Amino acid sequence: MDFFLEVALGGLLAGVMYSMVAIGFVLIYKASGVFNFAQGSMVLFAALTFVSLLEKGINFWLALLLALCAMLLLAVAIERCVLRHLVNRPPITLFMATLGLSFVIEGLAQLFWGAQVHGLELGIADEPLELGGLLLSQFDLFAAATALVLVISLSLLFNKTRIGLSLRAVADDPLAALAVGIDLEQIWRVVWMAAGCVGLVAGLLWGARVGVQFSLSLIVLKALPVLIIGGFSSIPGAIVGGLIIGASEKLAEVYVGPLVDGGIENWFPYVLALLFLLVRPAGLFGEPSVERV
Amino acid sequence: MWFSETEAWRATGGKSRRLPVWRKAPMAWVALLVLGFGVVPFIGNDYWFSAILIPFLVLSLAGLGLNLVTGYAGQLSLGSAAFMAVGAFASYNFSLRVEGLPLLASFGLGGLSAALVGVLFGLPSLRIKGFYLLVSTLAAQFFVQWVLVKFSWFSNDNPSGVISAPPLVVLGQDFNSPAGRYVLTLGVVAAMTGLALNLVRGATGRNWMAVRDMDTAAAVIGIPILKTKLLAFGISSFYLGVAGALWAFAYLGTVEPHGFDLNRSFQVLFIIIIGGLGSVLGAYLGALFFVLFPVFLDHLAGGLFAGIIDAGHLENLQKIVFGSLIIFFLIREPEGLARLWWRFRARLGLDPAAS
Repeated sequence: MDFFLEVALGGLLAGVMYSMVAIGFVLIYKASGVFNFAQGSMVLFAALTFVSLLEKGINFWLALLLALCAMLLLAVAIERCVLRHLVNRPPITLFMATLGLSFVIEGLAQLFWGAQVHGLELGIADEPLELGGLLLSQFDLFAAATALVLVISLSLLFNKTRIGLSLRAVADDPLAALAVGIDLEQIWRVVWMAAGCVGLVAGLLWGARVGVQFSLSLIVLKALPVLIIGGFSSIPGAIVGGLIIGASEKLAEVYVGPLVDGGIENWFPYVLALLFLLVRPAGLFGEPSVERV
Repeated sequence: MWFSETEAWRATGGKSRRLPVWRKAPMAWVALLVLGFGVVPFIGNDYWFSAILIPFLVLSLAGLGLNLVTGYAGQLSLGSAAFMAVGAFASYNFSLRVEGLPLLASFGLGGLSAALVGVLFGLPSLRIKGFYLLVSTLAAQFFVQWVLVKFSWFSNDNPSGVISAPPLVVLGQDFNSPAGRYVLTLGVVAAMTGLALNLVRGATGRNWMAVRDMDTAAAVIGIPILKTKLLAFGISSFYLGVAGALWAFAYLGTVEPHGFDLNRSFQVLFIIIIGGLGSVLGAYLGALFFVLFPVFLDHLAGGLFAGIIDAGHLENLQKIVFGSLIIFFLIREPEGLARLWWRFRARLGLDPAAS
């Protein structure tokens, strides 16, 4: 039983990392209806920029600030070069544009900073911590705390600021928002910036865990089932979805995996999401906006 | 955003599109076929056959397959490579395990197996739409690859999962030389293209486009939505399966499951975005672009910027250019190269209806 709990908890905490990527996704989907496949490459770009600056001997906080600026610049560039020209196009077009975008961002990141794997040390020991007889990774707990802070600050941004109010207005009804004089382009810039910052946090945590390398951009593939389960437009959904995917994936690998020679972690989340989709197409927290046929 | 067959059809007074393909533009087709079968095999060299023409033809077929389901029927798919893999591995197993099975029959059976798998993963499309369908096609992508890697039966217990081409012999003719492989590929691709053209211009294609453009309206006028969608997934996967078999046997000669990873799926999707969604011609133009562009970039880097750009940078540059091109096409020319071609023809006065 202890082993079961340990596996489940480990999975839950790993799921927090998926949630982090999914949150960036939700922000953009919520405000602009864009299904942003490039979120993974943004994570890669952010982490690679940060770690390369660090390796050039720049102080940790300055590097963080510079990486943040890079993400903000990237957001402005994306709005100016891509989104602005695709207003009113079908969502499927916007999705394909973000596919192209992910290629551009990956290419740029590696062109600037090279393709080698970088180690990243955030100064948090990855030692197991004993809590009530269970062994938990300190690093995972730190990641969970970060996610909590992130969610709280995002909900403050959404609920307490003027820009958050406009964000919600745009999410509810873009046309009405436009009619009352909300600057759509500015809103897009802001959400892409916010998604970029979330990407930076996710990139640092993932990077510290597995090294900063190309595979970071593939995390977006793990975020997708998370979103399906949580709903595309709900931040709490992204968290809960991440926890469900993380835990069930690890449990499946440990308990079902040996029966079929392992390696099912790759596709299990998708099958789970698919089954879930057939039962509850809007996800746990999503609005029932999925068009049924 | 879709290449509007309906519009072109209306512009011609609703007549020409009803004719079978070979009666609509017989001269152009005869000329193309004569060129492809009668001239190119004698003037081409092995580099052109193996590195340009065969991959171009196979990728065109794959693009055509994806275009049927995505461009015509409007169902986004990121699992093309999985269906190609099913086609390749099933063809291999059929020709390995069935004594004396003709090569083309094993291609056909491979395609049918891919169609079956395609319908299976297309089933969720009956209940969900749009992005949610990505999950189903991505599930296909990861699951198929996992199965092929994990169960060595599929690769006849080869430890690294590699399969090798059976001897390419059709009706006693040996097609193993580069020119022979080219002719074999061209034959299969040409026949399937003709079939696809008739399909998309007939009732099936019109049903697909109706479902794509507005499925509620399509249902109202009595189009069986479920059947139409599953048919699109089945036929599309059949095409992808045959393309996979050709990719493995006629192009590479040997292939492993990783040859059909997610990147291949993206590649096929990009081919139809750049070539033109919902256009048969688009699959060809997109594939041509994809095969020739890296060669062009290589030459450019080797000649003009020799020594400045190293190989690693070249790969990243290629990514950036591809990505930018996709965005550019989506913004400026959502109907892709095919639309440019139609416009060019219209300017020459060849086809005023299609301008």
